[in-house]
Amino acid sequence: MKTKWKISPYLYLLPALVIVVAFRLIPIVMSFILSFYDWSLQGTGKFIGLANYSKMMQDQVFWQSMGNTFWLVIILVPATIVLSMFFAVMLNKIKYFKSFFRIIYFMPFVTSLVAVSIVWKLIFNEQTGLMNTFLGFVGISPQAWLAESRGIFLIMFERFGWGNLPQFFHGPSQALFAIIIMTVWKGLGYNTIIYLAGLQNISKDYYEAAEIDGAGKGRQFWNITVPLISPTTFYVLIMTTITTFQTFSQIYLMTDKGGPLNTTKLIVYYIYERGFDVLEMGYASAVSLALFLLILALTIFQRRMEKHVNY
Amino acid sequence: MDKLRSIITYTILIIFGFTMVVPFLWMLSTSLMTQSEFNKQETLFIPKEEYHVWNNDGNQERILLVMDKGSTSVIHVLDEDLNIVEEYKEVPSNQIELYRKKPSLHLSNYIKAFKKVPFGLYFYNTIYVSIVSLVGVLITSLLAAYAFARMEFRGRDFFFYLFLSMMMVPQPIYMISSYVLLDKLNWLDTYNALIIPWIANIFTIFLFRQHFKALPKELFDAASIDGCSTFGMLWRIIVPLSKPVIATASIFSLITSWNSFMWPLVMINRPELRVLQVGLSYFNQEASTQTTLLMAASTFSIVPILILFFFAQKQIIASYSRSGMKD
Repeated sequence: MKTKWKISPYLYLLPALVIVVAFRLIPIVMSFILSFYDWSLQGTGKFIGLANYSKMMQDQVFWQSMGNTFWLVIILVPATIVLSMFFAVMLNKIKYFKSFFRIIYFMPFVTSLVAVSIVWKLIFNEQTGLMNTFLGFVGISPQAWLAESRGIFLIMFERFGWGNLPQFFHGPSQALFAIIIMTVWKGLGYNTIIYLAGLQNISKDYYEAAEIDGAGKGRQFWNITVPLISPTTFYVLIMTTITTFQTFSQIYLMTDKGGPLNTTKLIVYYIYERGFDVLEMGYASAVSLALFLLILALTIFQRRMEKHVNY
Repeated sequence: MDKLRSIITYTILIIFGFTMVVPFLWMLSTSLMTQSEFNKQETLFIPKEEYHVWNNDGNQERILLVMDKGSTSVIHVLDEDLNIVEEYKEVPSNQIELYRKKPSLHLSNYIKAFKKVPFGLYFYNTIYVSIVSLVGVLITSLLAAYAFARMEFRGRDFFFYLFLSMMMVPQPIYMISSYVLLDKLNWLDTYNALIIPWIANIFTIFLFRQHFKALPKELFDAASIDGCSTFGMLWRIIVPLSKPVIATASIFSLITSWNSFMWPLVMINRPELRVLQVGLSYFNQEASTQTTLLMAASTFSIVPILILFFFAQKQIIASYSRSGMKD
């Protein structure tokens, strides 16, 4: 029996549709239009064609923010994948206190980024911070962390007397590295839970068969777990990358406007700064659009690849 | 061999588990210290206090030891508020002793933080915005998901893909233009700016849709024969059968609104409309040297969510772990 629907489906859809159109679709289209304007705040702006985009191409701070964001992604995403897979495998093995550990690992994820950013800012304080206290226990001299603009790889290699690295290999500043540590810590629990769900979908039969064939635990991990969990890995890879591109609160709360020397200025913070500090909303929209294209490309890549990673 | 393996596993899990909670423990313990205890960094976790006193004819006076010269010592004598009342006084060393106050918890930091900044108001604003958004999200999502899941109409696929593509666009991208839009609507610095754009949640619509589609068709046919109206089916059949998924959506919505920061930071200027996270971030700028008060404020800002989390941890973790699965 099929009921005849007329106007009513649209009435059910209407409330959500109005909000989505008014506060998603229209702003997204507006953002595109604004990027062609010199738009300060009040009043109407002036149409300036592609001027914002050509300005962006020559804007050193824009490129630096992009570079910083890439460093963040390149270090944070693999670290997150390796660590969360590692913890998920261990949590999957143990018998006792399983849910206790899950709670502990998940706690940072549900707490607000603002509160934990404030705490981590103090943890990385050079004089009174917990991080330097712990480093002191293992004999490492106090580090400046959030105040240090020199590259983290440079600082590490200098300890071994290799101070002459080419600029590119200096890596992200120690300040940005501090942000990376904190961000990995914050998101680890979520990704561990996602991996745990993935692991529970792997049939025990594989491991039993491998056991009979005499494969050790290490080989079981590399030849069974890693390939069979790859759809999860792919999901974590893409999702973490997309969310990492949007990092803002840590920078706002832990650093002095993306300092020192703009080394922690990430792309979303730069959009915020251009839009709301300097009030160049047209230009900020152009930068938003550049970020949009990046994320769009990643999303399309994900959709395309999805078919290939499913076993 | 297996026993050894499991000992190693537990050891690693405990060590890393420790790093997960240490920031919280440190936050809590710092919030219970006095500022001078914190600055001295003599203790990591348990607040304690120790200082020198000078036994001056039965009176014990608190002092600052400047130099110990063996038989005599040079001291500053302090008053109750730790101001110096006598400088560079030389007294016999045997009259000086180290006084250890028992560990004490300075709960007064919480009261001080609350007095300095109207956190009560910020709590109210946050709760108000979270609850109203939650109700809005549930209403719009139930209706829209019902239409998507169980009705046929022209343009359904179009609307579906429109919603899907809108969900893919992250918030920072339309932040600037939303500000301009809300400015044109004269909604900046109002509750409207914090609530209305967030009373529809596309993710929740898809979550509900998927759940509604899985309900057996026979239920609806039977209800239809009994003369149940279209809306009646949603209210009397779907909603009662969807309690777990509604709970999941509510948890996501509450946690997201409670923790949301960038949007209210940008859209609200008036101090009396600040939500908790924004209030906390201003406090972070104003009181950056008053570490202990800052930690007290941070602690009570996360307590409500942590309470929710501990009570519903099973459901919350299960909800988030399902969020990673594709349809």
